[in-house]
Amino acid sequence: MKRIALLGMPNTGKSTLFNRISGASARVGNWPGITVDLMSAKILIGGHIAELIDLPGIYDLHGFSDDEQVVRHFLSNNAVDLVIVLLNSSQIDRQLSLVLQIKKLGLPIVLALNMADEAKSAGITIDTENMAKALRIPVIQISAKYGDGLPKALQEASKLINQGLPASNPESIGLLLQEDSQIEHEMELLIQHHVQIPATLNDNTTDKIDRILLHKWLGLPIFFAAMFILFQFIFTAGKPLQDGLAWALNTFRSGLLDPLFHSSPAWLSGLLLDGVYNGVATVAAFVPIIILFFLVMSIVEDSGYLSRAAFLMDAIMAKMGLDGRGFVMMLMGFGCNVPALMGTRIMRSRPMRLLTMLVIPLSLCSARLQVFIFIIAALFTAKQAPIILFALYVMSFLTMFLTAVLFQAKYKNAEPFILELPPYRFPTLRQIILRGWQEVKHFLNRATKFIVIGVVLVWAMTHFPTDVPPASIGTLAGQVGLLFAPILDPIGINSQLAIALIFGFVAKEIVVGALAVIYGLQGDALMAQMAMQIDWVQAMSFMLFTLIYTPCLSTIATLKTEAKSTAFMWLSIAWSLGLAWVVSFVFYQSARALGY
Amino acid sequence: MRLLSQLKIGQFAVISAIEADESLFHRLTALGFRVGKPLSIIRRANFNGPLHVRLGTTDVILRSNDAARIQITQ
Repeated sequence: MKRIALLGMPNTGKSTLFNRISGASARVGNWPGITVDLMSAKILIGGHIAELIDLPGIYDLHGFSDDEQVVRHFLSNNAVDLVIVLLNSSQIDRQLSLVLQIKKLGLPIVLALNMADEAKSAGITIDTENMAKALRIPVIQISAKYGDGLPKALQEASKLINQGLPASNPESIGLLLQEDSQIEHEMELLIQHHVQIPATLNDNTTDKIDRILLHKWLGLPIFFAAMFILFQFIFTAGKPLQDGLAWALNTFRSGLLDPLFHSSPAWLSGLLLDGVYNGVATVAAFVPIIILFFLVMSIVEDSGYLSRAAFLMDAIMAKMGLDGRGFVMMLMGFGCNVPALMGTRIMRSRPMRLLTMLVIPLSLCSARLQVFIFIIAALFTAKQAPIILFALYVMSFLTMFLTAVLFQAKYKNAEPFILELPPYRFPTLRQIILRGWQEVKHFLNRATKFIVIGVVLVWAMTHFPTDVPPASIGTLAGQVGLLFAPILDPIGINSQLAIALIFGFVAKEIVVGALAVIYGLQGDALMAQMAMQIDWVQAMSFMLFTLIYTPCLSTIATLKTEAKSTAFMWLSIAWSLGLAWVVSFVFYQSARALGY
Repeated sequence: MRLLSQLKIGQFAVISAIEADESLFHRLTALGFRVGKPLSIIRRANFNGPLHVRLGTTDVILRSNDAARIQITQ
């Protein structure tokens, strides 16, 4: 059986021509040397049954797009008797190159010039007869759409087929295309070793998943259920890791550090062990849970699900003067507020940007998560824990929505909302690991910058003057606590917690470390001590305040530079402090009034 | 004259004109909205939420009032 390949540039009417010649007999088939399916059809031509194959549209036989590689691989693995090259007459000046490239391979060609009428109205005339002579191949003007000139083209094709020339030799064509395949091979090696490309699901799968995840009524419930399950997973999987690390750090102290500092002066061992070591170790115990959190977040972020969340939430966000992207920024803020604030740069309208930036610092970032996990573990049962944590996430959303609703009139805008919806992707293992490692680096960086200085300061404040018991009312910390008592007593926050809150203004990571230093304890002993001193209502009030008041100095600094406004920075600080106090006050007083 | 915002789910159309201010126009062209391009509506979000539009191999979401800047022929 003879084999005819149909070749042309994209959008030249190649598929129309193929359908016209093949009628209803077309089928999809696979071919040696290539991985994609090609359409082919059996046709009767010059008394022979021939197989017509529709090759992908390409611009350049020696190019390196997927389609161009497919055409080369087909020709160097399958013998063909004839190639019909289809060009767009009105673009012949650019498209003729493809004919010459095929001609160099020594293949018999019929050149069909499509869209002759278009070329004519553009004033282009082609002397087909003399061009045929110059090229030494048949050149016929046709209309794939209406079939004009098609019989003549097929007649020329059957003439060539009946000449009885041998079919092309794939091996020798492969030799002619050797340079290209060397480049392909080299490209593949380079990509394989130095480039990470995430696996993309094909469109069909993405459509199927979207049908469920973007469902009219189920979409949003599924989204929130998925988030709840993820946080539940982080909490359940992270807890044993956290306990294990806390135990190891504790054992290291009692087994090695305590004997080592046994004979050193009390103030030195106090500063280094009760201050620096206890503080940093308590914070460090949270590293596994934070890594886990960022691993899960990076999978969600890279998967393409966040753009879907933007789609689902946009109608609701619009009512608050924000848009679907604002919702994505809020979710990003769950990792860290700083990059989320920088992410608002994609918004062009300044009022919308400012409104989004006012909202982001209220999203429950991973540093606050540490504080909550610690307090929850100390005062609630393992069964209550995920519910309390989820309630805090809900509270985070509520405060953001409240802020947006209250301020939307001040920041009116008409920013268009247009977003590309990428196909679902799985991040590669390498991407996930890289991300986790960067979080560890980020943590260590902050640890050296803020936490060590913070816990040393807290230690000093709770141990001076030296003639009173540590952390008692007589120390500097006690005096500061006393100073804030009129404001913090009504929300159930005692002087020890007050110190932690003050340092939490710098960075939330210090809060837990500060508590360890204030109580002079670590791990389980610290939790037990706290459970004795405060009840769950106080703990909840403390967590609400921690959730809502200013996240950290880095966020404040970013807010100021991104908004280019000091007044806006102060507005954000004042608003979040005020809101935090009011929410905690309402919660604490109503809980007490209800008899808890 | 029909607008993209009036197109029903599952229907196909071709863009005939885009009448938007410069920044919106740029954003639309960057995502592949051009006169003569065929597109279809995959779905709409609830509560008059955004439209999910497919242009060739690109999927785009945009609000109804922005889609009303795009004229189509069916």
